[in-house]
Amino acid sequence: MLWTNIFAGFGGQGVLLIGQLLAYAGMYEGKNVSWLPSYGPEMRGGTANCSVVVSDEPVASPCINMADCVIAMNRPSLDKFEANVLPGGKLFINSSIIDKKATRTDIDVYYVPCNEIADSLNNPKVGNMAMLGAYLEATKAVDSKSVLDALLYKLGEKKAHLIPLNEQAIELGKASVRDQIK
Amino acid sequence: MAKKLMKGCEAIAEAAIQAGCRFFFGYPITPQNDIPEYMSARMPKIGGCFLQAESEVAAINMVYGAAAAGARVMTSSSSPGVSLKQEGISYIAGAELPCVVCNMMRGGPGLGSIQPSQGDYFQATKGGGHGDYHLIVLAPSSVQEAVDLMHNAFDLADIYRTPVMLLADGIIGQMMEPVEFHEHEQKELPAKTWAVTGWKGDRPRSIVNSLYIEVDELQEMNDRLQARYKEIQEKEVMVEQYKTEGAEVIVCAYGTVARICKSAIALCEAKGVKVGLVRPITIWPFPEKELRAVMAQPSVKREITVEISAGQMHEDVRLAINGMKPVDFYGKPGSYTPTAEEIADYILKTREA
Repeated sequence: MLWTNIFAGFGGQGVLLIGQLLAYAGMYEGKNVSWLPSYGPEMRGGTANCSVVVSDEPVASPCINMADCVIAMNRPSLDKFEANVLPGGKLFINSSIIDKKATRTDIDVYYVPCNEIADSLNNPKVGNMAMLGAYLEATKAVDSKSVLDALLYKLGEKKAHLIPLNEQAIELGKASVRDQIK
Repeated sequence: MAKKLMKGCEAIAEAAIQAGCRFFFGYPITPQNDIPEYMSARMPKIGGCFLQAESEVAAINMVYGAAAAGARVMTSSSSPGVSLKQEGISYIAGAELPCVVCNMMRGGPGLGSIQPSQGDYFQATKGGGHGDYHLIVLAPSSVQEAVDLMHNAFDLADIYRTPVMLLADGIIGQMMEPVEFHEHEQKELPAKTWAVTGWKGDRPRSIVNSLYIEVDELQEMNDRLQARYKEIQEKEVMVEQYKTEGAEVIVCAYGTVARICKSAIALCEAKGVKVGLVRPITIWPFPEKELRAVMAQPSVKREITVEISAGQMHEDVRLAINGMKPVDFYGKPGSYTPTAEEIADYILKTREA
């Protein structure tokens, strides 16, 4: 099992966090993982991205050029990374704010209405978790239980009350792509 | 102990503390700021000293002082900052003192960029400052290896009374990977009888110095250093060989780039081409003998060095291989990190040429 992933979006959309949660979850499940953020000038001007590898084997390169999965939370990320999905790979598009369709035909594309899901839960911050849910449903890379364990670790006990909300966002994200899975 | 997901810089700082480092002097520069940040939070809690100096020059001279007093001491910086430390490093080498210097390499020359690079290989392995000295230079390619090497770094520094450099690229510093902090066996280390700890009349006076006005005396010091370097070259080489047996092409790379090469090797394998990797873990001493032995295999047709530089380690590779078989170089100076696909393409293309 090897998943190479690029998570990309605006700063503030939580793409680095969901990438990290995936890495933690993989580690909790005994897999080899790496999480590499873009830093410096790449991040300025509003886009942030991270490369995440989850693998049964030791992680060779943590730097991902061609990825099994690209998660695009905004339009610039889709424009930049659509070409970086491996043939047969998966592309996740935040359809709430990206009005464009994917142009590739050799990959599986999933449209996830992240912002609408977040709005339905009355919390604009959990759009990233909806996207992570969609990713988990389509890839089964890790279990969502492990992701929630990771989130609890990141939040700390004081903010443990936020777990159910995030769990709901993950579940709605999963549901949103169920009929898109081929 | 359970694995923790940690950023390279933070893991390196924690490993240094666990290796007994109690003094850290530094000055901020990207992409290594997480090291001093971590040290500033931890050192006061364990009775250690974190001090943000007024400059890199000041920081390395504080390291000189703490090392002279017999402390386990470290500084860290990134390329332009490490250049500023070179005078101090030369003095510490000349005064035969142990310390650890960490360099998270970024693009150069000049202020360059803040993105990863490997352009400081010459500086790290050939001296860097003035005079005939070497550092032991350790080049990790994962966060776990960086953690494990920190223990070696402090021990090697004490055993050989020399500055040791942990040379990593910005990727190692910024990346998060699972790490385990193992219990390390405590090596028998030489007593620091030379340390300046305050003379109370119970032992000969200790004098720490790198000035030898008399030619003979300076010669004696240099001979001592050279004998030590020879011993280090004989005993302390560390190298990883990956799929080298029966390989047609041998790639030589260090640090994160070596891992990208492993992905490139998998791509070549999928096309039926057997490629192996020789990854120096100590880049000084350079694993000359080991590389030569791999290259001597009848299956090996050529070597390709891959670096984020204009070909700095490649010079040591050429010296080691010494014309035995053809060599090539792939990489760019500055901060461009080659992709696995580009490296694989180059290997396949060069092989057919």
